[in-house]
Amino acid sequence: MSTFIQTLAVGLRLGSIYALVALGYTMVYGIIRLINFAHGDFIMVGGYTMIFTVPMATALGLPAWAAVLAAIVVCALVGMGTELIAYRPVRKKGTNMTALITAIAMSLFLENLAQAIPAIGPNPKVASQIFAAGGLRIAGVTLEYTTLLTIAISAVVMVVLYEFTQKTRLGRAMRCVSEDKEAATLMGINVNHTILSTFAIGSGLAAVAALMYMAQYPKIYTTMGSLLGLKAFVAAVLGGIGIIPGAVLGGVVIGLVESFTTSYISSSMADAFVFLILIVVLILKPAGIMGKNVGEKV
Amino acid sequence: MKKNRTKQGYLLNTIVIVVLFALFQVLTAAMGGSGSFKLVLAPCLWQCCYLIILAASLNLVLGFLGQLSLGHCGFMAIGAYTAALLSLACERAGVFEDKEGPVFLAVLIGCILAAGLLAALVGLLVGIPALRLKGDYLAIITLGFGMIIVNIINNLPFCGQDGLSLGSASSSLYKNGLGFGSKGKVSYLWVALLVTLLCLVMMFMFIRSKYGRAIRAIRDDEIAASASGINTSFYKIMTFSYSAFFAGVAGALYACANATLSTSSFAFSNGGILNSTFIVVMVVLGGMGSLTGSIVAAVIMFLVNYQIKNGTWVTALPAAVQGVFQYPMLVYAIVLIVVIMFRPKGIFGSYEFSLINLGRDLKAVRLRKAAERAERKEAKAHA
Repeated sequence: MSTFIQTLAVGLRLGSIYALVALGYTMVYGIIRLINFAHGDFIMVGGYTMIFTVPMATALGLPAWAAVLAAIVVCALVGMGTELIAYRPVRKKGTNMTALITAIAMSLFLENLAQAIPAIGPNPKVASQIFAAGGLRIAGVTLEYTTLLTIAISAVVMVVLYEFTQKTRLGRAMRCVSEDKEAATLMGINVNHTILSTFAIGSGLAAVAALMYMAQYPKIYTTMGSLLGLKAFVAAVLGGIGIIPGAVLGGVVIGLVESFTTSYISSSMADAFVFLILIVVLILKPAGIMGKNVGEKV
Repeated sequence: MKKNRTKQGYLLNTIVIVVLFALFQVLTAAMGGSGSFKLVLAPCLWQCCYLIILAASLNLVLGFLGQLSLGHCGFMAIGAYTAALLSLACERAGVFEDKEGPVFLAVLIGCILAAGLLAALVGLLVGIPALRLKGDYLAIITLGFGMIIVNIINNLPFCGQDGLSLGSASSSLYKNGLGFGSKGKVSYLWVALLVTLLCLVMMFMFIRSKYGRAIRAIRDDEIAASASGINTSFYKIMTFSYSAFFAGVAGALYACANATLSTSSFAFSNGGILNSTFIVVMVVLGGMGSLTGSIVAAVIMFLVNYQIKNGTWVTALPAAVQGVFQYPMLVYAIVLIVVIMFRPKGIFGSYEFSLINLGRDLKAVRLRKAAERAERKEAKAHA
């Protein structure tokens, strides 16, 4: 029983990290219909930023997690830069496929650029402790503070984000652009600005996810984002891409599946199971759990 | 008249190929013993051969069918492991002893065929569910399949993560499998070249047949194609599996050219050049929808990769550039972005190079350039 609860907690924690990353995917996909393959690498950017800013924060007497603020800013800048330099010019000229290939190229570019920067290099770096050690003992099961904090912070971020898209002016503009770009332009919405802010918010979320990830697995390496990003994308598709509550649901489901497969079946097959779920979902219900099937206009 | 011209083209190509092949055989006979040929040129040619097959076969799916597949290396991995395991089993069973003679040649050809067929079968199994989806979803699902294939190979008891290890002989494909040493690479080079040529001929014939026309129709407008009576899912799955066949053949050649196999070399992206992304780079660079473009791009990318790693001129460059060259994938990523931005159709676009039409095409280019120049002059005169 205690294994079960422990696995559940691990799954929820993993799930909330996936959900945070999946939110970034879903927001960008919703607005420009592009799988931003580089999104996973924004997590890596956030992670490395924090490697450098955590010591600074502690030197200034701030708590270690305050370093995430700098990481959010850096990630948002990198995200906006990617959109401005690579995605926007290609989107104007090319087709869907060329945009997708650009996204893959950007992901490779970021990963390898990080390796080529001397201060980062190809070898993994170890992060210092971010949250306080120890945990709560409930009914014979120890739940680490890190786990609880990760779940709590993700929940808060998701609720805030949902309210943001529903209530604020910018959030409503985002939903309009994702529904119909031309109509949004006619209503006086600056489409390019809206897309840029979506990238900034999505990348900022990646920095928060990097914080959660580092709190649990303090090893940072340049390709850490690729598999994490892929799984988060699976989560976004599972929940129904473009739908914010869907990304959260998908993230939690993927996290639970991964942690239960690891502890009850085989740790080396966990990744295969995640992709198997994606394949099954896409075949049975291509729009995702919360998505609606939309007919194609001829 | 038209038909006649096609026949003339085939005749011309055959003659040129036969002449080149004879020349090549003479050269091999003359220089086969020399060290630089054995250690540098022959391995390079092997590598070029499988890169060309890989790029051209992905072009069938990416350029002619218009679907982005990111799991091409998965099929290659299947081919490589099939060929390696099969030849190893043959050797253990005592079918051949040293890598010479007609029996070994038969085993070699059998292995290459088996590799292709198994990859095609897996391609069929993957294609049936995957090709119900389009665009982005297809890219992700093929990526997932590529990962699952590698994951499954890793977990098979007889081909472990550290390469092929059967029984007690650990990862010694070099000595007792299909893998050639430098001498074998020279003496069986003609097999690699012939296989590449045959694959290319099969692909060319495919895209010029009614199947090729059908898949190009699907690429241009799927709904219109299906309204014109083209069974879109049949053609998509067939092309996918046909392309997987050639990826499997390329994998078998890879197994021949390498001493050991390791699944990490077939991952989605890694430090080396053998990954699904690199193949996409080659296809995009050469031109989506041009098989000759893919061949040219495969050779160019191979040379770039080789020069970055081994070229003597690299040491003359400033340290910062050399630092970048330590990470070849960074260079390819930049190449890919620049090509997509400034020449979205690649070097060749959808133009196919052909010997018999060369004169006509060159003339057309010259006329177009002249017309452009005249137009510019006229515009200037007006201004």
